Amino acid sequence: MQNLTIKKARELLDQKEISAVELAEKYLTKIEKENTALNAYISTYNSAKAMAHAADQQIKEGKQTALTGIPFGIKDNILVEGEYASACAGILQGYVATYDAEVIRRLRKDGAVLLGRTNMDDAAMGSSTETSFYGPTRNPLDLSRVPGGSGGGSAAAVAADLCIAALGSDTGGSIRQPASHTGIVGFKPTYGRVSRRGLISLASSLDQIGPAAKTVEDAEIIFNAIAGIDPLDSTTRDGSVGTAKKVIGVPYDLFGSHLDADVSDVFDASVARLKNLGYEIRDIKLPHLEYGLASYYIILPAEASANLARYDGVRYGLHVDGAGGIGDYFATRGAGFGKEVRRRIILGTYVLSAGYYDAYYTQAIKVRDLIARDFEEAFKEVSAICLPTTAAPAFKLGEKSSDPIKMYLEDLFTIPANLAGVPAISIPAGTVEREGKHLPLGMQLIAPEFGDERLFNIGKQFEANNQTPSV
Amino acid sequence: MISIEEVKKLTELARIAVPDAELEELRADLDRILDYVGQVQKLAGEKVDRDLPEHRNVFRDDREPHEPGKYTEAILKQAPDRSGDYIRVKKVLEQGR
Repeated sequence: MQNLTIKKARELLDQKEISAVELAEKYLTKIEKENTALNAYISTYNSAKAMAHAADQQIKEGKQTALTGIPFGIKDNILVEGEYASACAGILQGYVATYDAEVIRRLRKDGAVLLGRTNMDDAAMGSSTETSFYGPTRNPLDLSRVPGGSGGGSAAAVAADLCIAALGSDTGGSIRQPASHTGIVGFKPTYGRVSRRGLISLASSLDQIGPAAKTVEDAEIIFNAIAGIDPLDSTTRDGSVGTAKKVIGVPYDLFGSHLDADVSDVFDASVARLKNLGYEIRDIKLPHLEYGLASYYIILPAEASANLARYDGVRYGLHVDGAGGIGDYFATRGAGFGKEVRRRIILGTYVLSAGYYDAYYTQAIKVRDLIARDFEEAFKEVSAICLPTTAAPAFKLGEKSSDPIKMYLEDLFTIPANLAGVPAISIPAGTVEREGKHLPLGMQLIAPEFGDERLFNIGKQFEANNQTPSV
Repeated sequence: MISIEEVKKLTELARIAVPDAELEELRADLDRILDYVGQVQKLAGEKVDRDLPEHRNVFRDDREPHEPGKYTEAILKQAPDRSGDYIRVKKVLEQGR
């Protein structure tokens, strides 16, 4: 019973070889023993055991779904009623969720068992899970390295088998990049496919909730359970995409020079695997994507500065006294926001201020539109796009903390999909060796809007074609 | 080049207290980041024409509210300073204004 997938666990549960309570206890015990070294979980939920009992009841009545009894880790920015939710931010310490996020409502209805909240970068701003209020999470594959971020806790929990699957959120790569660094599957849906109600907002036009899972099939099962129009999130939407042709585009120009030789070899081997599966590979141009990072680091801070204005110490969370009412705001926010969060809020305030709005924000939106159009043009010729998820394997703790731009570059390949609102997945592609450790790398696939299914189809075929090239 | 005065003004707009000793580091970071993101201006000449879905408001019907008080306690329990059914804050209006 090691490293169960959703499918395997479903069989065991349905054949009564294990109960949901036993399965939950197995994972909770494992968390108790192994979490300290990793810091993947912040805490376990008080209601976990009760959910497991409810799942057993559901199975007993023959009403189980694909996810009944399946133990999940939940990123700390997704609200679970009655449980702490803080986005691992100082400013939200003490907040207890007053309602279930829509995705949690759906998981609960399906009888999933939520084990606890997983670690993340402060207010979801980061690419390493080092800025968390609760301290960093370590990469299970190499404890001296980061698991990626902002959803490093969810990724580490799945990679270390401290849950069968987890939910994360992806604004610029926060599900996919950690998936690449920890050797698991990470999926970001088409914007609007999954409700954001109950997700602590970072950037409303970029955020999406998605699964961190052990296999592509597991990711697909979770996506199907959580996706859908939500009348209480007016940005949810539905749509369709045409039939796929077996043609995949690779924008070699975008990453050619960024990769170490062995990283490049792993990617080339992935492309060869796709060829073996019968896909025609075409070199494509996405000429504006190189400006994606610049555009993102204007749009995100702008939206974040607006979204985080609500944290004022009045209605919930941290309160620090200042001189008078307005002084309370200064003191609370000064104490509650970490350095990176503060940096981005100030940056957002700047780019939205009169005199700079046109030079930065208006331009960034235009670049975003240019990138979206690059994708639209490319998808007229190809059915999916393939590129590395990250340019290198997981880096050492502290290695990129002193230079914000160095850290931002981690998301170079993941950001475009968020800007364009298209779905993207990271699938384990192989490993490279660094200082005697084998570190995973992810292959990323991107599909057009509403082409989420295409990614699962190609991904499942890729997984089944099972050589994992190591270099 | 962003100035310390500009950074100070921004912290005031954002309602974030930043100790004087940290202002220069913040300024230098912002400078570096603005330098990088300023790249977007290189594409100033380009034009984009995209078919975007119409923005629309989504409202629920203005009827059938939930019963009064249903969520009150759960919400008020979160408040750092509470007085009965009120969230208490410092006075914002001066006497006689």
